[in-house]
Amino acid sequence: MKVWLAHHQEAARLALRRLTAAPLNSLLSLLAIGVALALPAGGQMLLANALHLAGTTSAVPQISIFMAANAERRAATEIESRLTRYSGVKQVQFLPREDTLARMKANPGLRDVIEALPANPFPDAFVVTAKDDRPEAMEKLAVEFRQWPKVEHVQLDSSWVRRLDALLKLGRTAVMLLGALLGAGLIAISFSIIRMQMLTHRAEIEVSQLLGATDGFIQRPFLYYGLLLGLGGGIVAWLLVGGAALWLRTPLSELVRLYDLTLVLQTLDARDSALLLGFAAGLGWLGAMISMRQHLRQG
Amino acid sequence: MIRFDRVSKRYPPGVDALSDLSFDVAEREMVVIGGHSGAGKSTLLKLIAAIEKSTGGAVLVGGQNVGGLSRSALPYLRRRIGMVFQDQKLLFDRNAFENVMLPLSIAGFPPREAAQRVRAALEKVGLANREKALPVMLSGGEQQRLAIARAVVNRPSMLLADEPTAHLDSETAADVARIFHEFHDVGVTVLIATYAGDLFPGARRLQLDHGKLVP
Ligand SMILES: Nc1ncnc2c1ncn2[C@@H]1O[C@H](COP(=O)(O)OP(=O)(O)OP(=O)(O)O)[C@@H](O)[C@H]1O
Ligand SMILES: [Mg+2]
Repeated sequence: MKVWLAHHQEAARLALRRLTAAPLNSLLSLLAIGVALALPAGGQMLLANALHLAGTTSAVPQISIFMAANAERRAATEIESRLTRYSGVKQVQFLPREDTLARMKANPGLRDVIEALPANPFPDAFVVTAKDDRPEAMEKLAVEFRQWPKVEHVQLDSSWVRRLDALLKLGRTAVMLLGALLGAGLIAISFSIIRMQMLTHRAEIEVSQLLGATDGFIQRPFLYYGLLLGLGGGIVAWLLVGGAALWLRTPLSELVRLYDLTLVLQTLDARDSALLLGFAAGLGWLGAMISMRQHLRQG
Repeated sequence: MIRFDRVSKRYPPGVDALSDLSFDVAEREMVVIGGHSGAGKSTLLKLIAAIEKSTGGAVLVGGQNVGGLSRSALPYLRRRIGMVFQDQKLLFDRNAFENVMLPLSIAGFPPREAAQRVRAALEKVGLANREKALPVMLSGGEQQRLAIARAVVNRPSMLLADEPTAHLDSETAADVARIFHEFHDVGVTVLIATYAGDLFPGARRLQLDHGKLVP
């Protein structure tokens, strides 16, 4: 066991020595692999952030009810009590038009516009949380509320939740597809790099065979080479994605603040990082394996 | 130990390197194979280590038909044989120590024991102080001795050497010949292909002429 370990260590060391023997070559290979992997890894990072954003904001779909502009407060009070009694309703929040006006005036960009208006343009409104928040049930409630007196407009926000959900699903598929495609690319890169490595070390392979080396022994340093190549490429991809996250953090936060949301862009979490590195190392190894198999079969 | 039974070897374009060759080599025997250039000496040695395969007859090593060995069984035959190649086949990007270490790494020796054996083998051929030298930094004779150290480091029961004294001055050649005698003395079966048969007094002689044994 110890001997076995020592020989693997030896093969890994040899691979590392070869990788550092031609630093510029290796660096360019790592960069090629890193950039290829950065695409699906970056996609996964954005996806994870979008999921997080969706989770913090729209977990509970709500129904907004707007009263007619000319409705009196009495009408609103009437609706409120109806809503509180209504069996399908879990929670009601009343938003008086004065409060809405005050809140909007607090926004310096809107203040001038609002003050120029002759009257309060906002109606009384309610935000309703339903007991059953499946889209069909919500839709039924909305239809009902629309028929109530002095109700001007009922808005269901489950539709954007559903849209976001579909979008995230699409994103996930895209990331997976991209991952598969560029993963195959990584195998191809590793395959051809190992092929060149074998040509460089042809003499060593031949002599080893003459001295009684098994295919396994001959393959070992090349497999480690492929593994290190993949792993190094994975680290490059990780750094690229992390750098991009840092760089995009501030502008993105500003963008989502416009939608009343908060987001601090996070780079890949521990699980995704481990997945990226493992995936990269594994594919590098696989490319080397296929290359070696093909070469030794011929020889 | 080694038996050639009506062995022929024809290389692809139709060159008959060996034809209908039969002989036996006993355990612990020392045999010198002579003959003109192109007589088939190297081919004979390559058939023993199954580097080439006979196109007729059978080559038996320790009772085993080596021509019939599978790809996965070959390495284990070769580890039992120490071979000095005509073109030496040293690795030029590895130093003397690493070149001699290779057969031990291949055979899976524990590193510490392997290092001791490498030093002993280098000592034996008089290269103890050249461990770190790359092959290009060694003279022709030193390279030849390095190749011998690599062949014997695994303590094989059989030693095959192809022109181990070529390009050496008579004094160095005698040194090298002495090394083979020493291995023969401790019970190793030794086969040497050479023009310089005189360097190996007491060895049995096989003379090849155009791939046939001269009686
Ligand atoms: N791989 C090969 N392909 C084709 N012909 C070969 C090959 N190897 C050797 N031969 C031919 O087989 C014959 C015997 O070659 P071999 O190398 O065994 O001779 P040798 O006795 O070792 O000669 P030398 O003393 O010059 O080393 C020669 O005619 C040679 O040209
Ligand atoms: Mg020859």
